[in-house]
Amino acid sequence: MALLDVDNLTVEFPTRRGTLRALDGVSLSIEPGEILGVVGESGAGKSLTGTAIIGLLEPPGRIAGGQILLNGKRIDNLPYEAMRHIRGRQIGTIFQDPLTTLNPLYTIGHQLIETIQTHLDLSNADARKRAISWLSEVGIPAAAQRIDAYPHEFSGGMRQRVVIALALCAEPRLVIADEPTTALDVSIQAQIITLLKRLTRDHGMSVMLVTHDMGVIAETADRVAVMYAGRIAEIGPVAEVVKHPAHPYTEGLMGSIPSLERRVNRLRQIDGAMPRLNAIPAGCAFNPRCPKVFDRCHIDRPDLLPASATRAACWLYAGAPANA
Amino acid sequence: MPEAPMLEAVDITRRFDVSRPWLQRALAREPRMMLRAVDNASFAITRGSTLSLVGESGCGKSTIARMAVGLMPPSGGEIRFEGNPLSTARAQPELRRRMNMIFQDPYASLNPRWRVRNIVAEPIRAFAILSGTQAITARVGELLAQVGLAPADGDKYPHEFSGGQRQRISIARALASEPDFLVCDEPTSALDVSVQAQILNLMRDLQQRLGLTYLFISHNLAVVRHVSDRLGVMYLGRIVEQGPAETIFRTPLHPYTRLLLDAIPDLEMVGRSRTPVGGEVPSPIAPPPGCPFHPRCPLANDRCRAEKPEHTQAGEVMVACHAVAEGRETV
Repeated sequence: MALLDVDNLTVEFPTRRGTLRALDGVSLSIEPGEILGVVGESGAGKSLTGTAIIGLLEPPGRIAGGQILLNGKRIDNLPYEAMRHIRGRQIGTIFQDPLTTLNPLYTIGHQLIETIQTHLDLSNADARKRAISWLSEVGIPAAAQRIDAYPHEFSGGMRQRVVIALALCAEPRLVIADEPTTALDVSIQAQIITLLKRLTRDHGMSVMLVTHDMGVIAETADRVAVMYAGRIAEIGPVAEVVKHPAHPYTEGLMGSIPSLERRVNRLRQIDGAMPRLNAIPAGCAFNPRCPKVFDRCHIDRPDLLPASATRAACWLYAGAPANA
Repeated sequence: MPEAPMLEAVDITRRFDVSRPWLQRALAREPRMMLRAVDNASFAITRGSTLSLVGESGCGKSTIARMAVGLMPPSGGEIRFEGNPLSTARAQPELRRRMNMIFQDPYASLNPRWRVRNIVAEPIRAFAILSGTQAITARVGELLAQVGLAPADGDKYPHEFSGGQRQRISIARALASEPDFLVCDEPTSALDVSVQAQILNLMRDLQQRLGLTYLFISHNLAVVRHVSDRLGVMYLGRIVEQGPAETIFRTPLHPYTRLLLDAIPDLEMVGRSRTPVGGEVPSPIAPPPGCPFHPRCPLANDRCRAEKPEHTQAGEVMVACHAVAEGRETV
């Protein structure tokens, strides 16, 4: 059974000028021990998917349809207090900016011990021991001394390590990492990604890795979901999506990423920009930019259809048999 | 060299005073603290080519960009624009007109209260290139069309455009003074990849059509590989490796360049794992003695810890590394 099952999730924001549908029928699942990458451009709804799963949608945003199952139990309709116990204990979260995630007024030890004691029944001494062992596990040198330091005494990369320790210290089954390396330099990014991969593998955790950086996904994830305008455009094994993308949007996205391996004269570009939420075209949301657009794309909105090794929300695959 | 370089920097250094206020300093008996943002950097850009500077945050690449257009004087060394010292060239509108800048954040670099046509027309008016409303309007329309926008877009305000379109407006404004030399400071890092591709393609088309010379600043090596003719890799204020971009990408010499190239997640990396280099960039206020990279360098020895490496020529590439100069290569 899948650890996390998101089924037909719809998130809406009521505004004065009508309701905006920010997520529209998103379905995905994460198996135990799996790393699912979620990639897309700004405003595609990738962070919102993570926020909806941990139940931290900012009002007036609300889940308007669908359900979220963790270990087979619904968590999208839980009361606030019950959700508080799931957050941290069963789902850990790593956010983008390590400076705003940590409270500047408390030592990192205080914050770690608080998190550990909220979720696990441990004495002060045991909780502190556990906090120190997590700090050394995330690669903080001299953890026993550094535990009493304040966040401002750490560099950006070290802070992100502390944030990872905070997210993992109660040993959740699922970790939602929202752009965990975007605020970091590349050499530090490589360290953090390697660390995240190792820890989640060692502790058998599943990860939902949300990022705009396809390179990070290619290196880290097992499967990847590509989002566009609040929907999943394509989902499948990462090697297939990168090497043989089925959806024209994924194809354009892959082509537009400059590569270190080879230099091309012109990058492939997708003309235009992603539509705003209040102006999503009828039919397939990608149809105004799609090079392979045909009549049906303007009328019906495609669901995920089997397309060779992946599933793509594209009418090109409507007639194709499952294993074409 | 067949032709004099368009822009030449000779041993430029930029220091910033980061001392505490005088009274506190006197009470604590502290000396002044100087941050050396750029340390003896030299480079030359030939007409019609692109020099890129890459490096991580705080390595001094944006400081060089500012000095190259004269927004900030160097504390030591000299920058020459077509052989004229920049300090005097900036005093001549005719030379000043020929250099311009594209900034990183298209949300912050356009005045939200001006219509786009006034934003684009500002350099035309400032340098009195054209006179008469009609001529200026026609030229603005031309510039907007050149960057892929409609001339009618001139009547709108910046907030009506997406990030990529705003960056096109910035480029149109930069081109309005008919420059030959553009400094582009991270022009695509605020943009999504599909839009980044549009802007990079546009910049390349414009370079070919108008014969522009670019100084391109970026932290993204893949983008840099796509645009540059020559490449400079910076670390803690120093250019540690400089040479033809293709050569550096094919055979990186400096250990830091190799680290950077290894650290970049690439689409080809599916399923591959690697061992990243540990450590972080030290503070530029108190850089380590000797080679600033030695605390993280896998090839470092006692000489690297004591003696700052000079630039040595290795083929077409200039590199500042004792290990490379001595041929001390261990893998």
